[in-house]
Amino acid sequence: MPHLLLLPLFAVETEDPASQFIRLLTVFLLAMWVGFEVIMKVPQRLHTPLTSGSNAISGITVVGALVVAGALSSGFGTLLGLLAVVLAMINVVGGFVVTHRMLAMFSPKKK
Amino acid sequence: MSNQSLINLAYLTASMLFIMAFKLMTGPRTAVRGNYLGAAGMAIAILAACFEKPVVLSLTTYGAWPLVMLGIAGVIGGVIGAVMAIKYPMTGMPQMVALLNGFGGAASTLVAGAELWNMTHNASSSDAVLMANSVRQLAPWTQFAIATALTGLIGAVTFWGSLVAFAKLEELKSFKKAWTHPLRHWINLCLAIATLCLIGAVCAYPDWTILFWLLVVVGSVLGCTLTLPIGGADMPVVICLLNSYSGLAAAAAGFVIDNSVLVIAGSLVGASGLILTAIMCKAMNRSLVGVLFGGLGTSTSTISDDSVYAGKIKSAGVEEIAMVLEGASRVVIVPGYGLAVAQAQHAVRELANALEKRGTTVEYAIHPVAGRMPGHMNVLLAEADIPYEKLREMDDINPTFPETDVAIVIGANDVVNPAARSDPKCPIAGMPILDVDKARTVIVVKRSLAPGFAGIPNPLFAADNTLMYFADGKKAILDLTAALEKA
Repeated sequence: MPHLLLLPLFAVETEDPASQFIRLLTVFLLAMWVGFEVIMKVPQRLHTPLTSGSNAISGITVVGALVVAGALSSGFGTLLGLLAVVLAMINVVGGFVVTHRMLAMFSPKKK
Repeated sequence: MSNQSLINLAYLTASMLFIMAFKLMTGPRTAVRGNYLGAAGMAIAILAACFEKPVVLSLTTYGAWPLVMLGIAGVIGGVIGAVMAIKYPMTGMPQMVALLNGFGGAASTLVAGAELWNMTHNASSSDAVLMANSVRQLAPWTQFAIATALTGLIGAVTFWGSLVAFAKLEELKSFKKAWTHPLRHWINLCLAIATLCLIGAVCAYPDWTILFWLLVVVGSVLGCTLTLPIGGADMPVVICLLNSYSGLAAAAAGFVIDNSVLVIAGSLVGASGLILTAIMCKAMNRSLVGVLFGGLGTSTSTISDDSVYAGKIKSAGVEEIAMVLEGASRVVIVPGYGLAVAQAQHAVRELANALEKRGTTVEYAIHPVAGRMPGHMNVLLAEADIPYEKLREMDDINPTFPETDVAIVIGANDVVNPAARSDPKCPIAGMPILDVDKARTVIVVKRSLAPGFAGIPNPLFAADNTLMYFADGKKAILDLTAALEKA
């Protein structure tokens, strides 16, 4: 079984689940905080581009989709992952393009 | 440096770019750059994802085709997204954003589902490589189990909620009327209890994938039943809230697959959505709970239309109004959702041009919840090339109404209803409004005396200084411009 040789390579899990959770929770809360601080300062008239821009960034889930779709799997998991990639990419590309169109209208016209 | 460190470094770069993108959104000049930075961050994150361990492992096992598959899926999604974004008319922005948002939520749910499937099926697989890929043990009540349940739930609520919001904003026939079944609170309560039970069940038995999908189904129904009762004027709140949910779903998915960039970007979006939700609620003087569960108080006010309007309405024709405008030195235009419906933004621009040619100052008063999404009116007027500087926010322009000769209200109703100030019993009591009634003359362009979303009569229409101009918004403004240019 040559495959078995690969096992030790991926079995090195040094972090226990609890500390992993706390690490991610730290990141989550700090990022929320930064988000609150930054977004408080966005003026009302830019709220629509802000909504659509943040909407595009919520498409970050495409990273997760790529990882699960690319992973070795027994069929169905890959299928779900690929569907997730398609949906998330619609969100990402659509979001950024819409925001760009909107912002283009706000910028002073050069004539 | 190990491969994984480089990937994490790339994720860190992407996260910093996202924060800068939000930061640059604070000014109209820098916002375009902010959007580019956000897109660049996304590109970096996507690229880094292709070098993640599970992907590389499957590449070394199966050759290049997994990457090809990913590429094809990505391109399909990207092209659909781009075509939607370019083709959709600018006035349909609220529903477009709702729809895109829903796709993001659905993607997060699928990520959690796929990861759960991989974990359960690979661990029991006879293939050693597959087993190696799922070294993390699937144990109950771990962060993995909890995060998976939450991702599935929030993503499903986001997706179906967004679809309903899209249908409402698109004004599809069967969604026009808010769903106000008397039993809906009980239905929602039952669904909420079922949700909690299923979350517990998924956490206790994470290897029973059917429980996860059951949770997704219940979440889907909940997404519909929570959004269906919400009416048009509350849409800005719903859009913000769903936006926040899609971010939280992405953050939860980050907990599922242990990925910090998902957590960071997701929580940034979550925070942004929550702030906007709070701002919108404040602007309508409603609590979030009220918006989500109240529906709108079905006309608790005892004032009937007749007692407010009878004999006091002054209707005026084009010539009369043009004459009033001729003498004005300062005009404030108050747009509402009716302006968007009538597509009258370009006509308004022409009217403003005609007025400015005569030396009149023209400004626009924007109520925070005018329209169907946050900042809707700003986008609409910007589309008609109206300079950004002339769009004034409520607190900024309210003190200037007493010095205003003419206020023209186009397609707005509840946001200019003085009853909010004077009648403590009316449903919109205490809601901050634009004080147009303080202007010397108020011209209201409206198709009829039909009430606004709050379902109450508007004393403004009967005020001594108000002239009603009954017509379709766009035609009315065009006629008015023509009359003004002739004069």
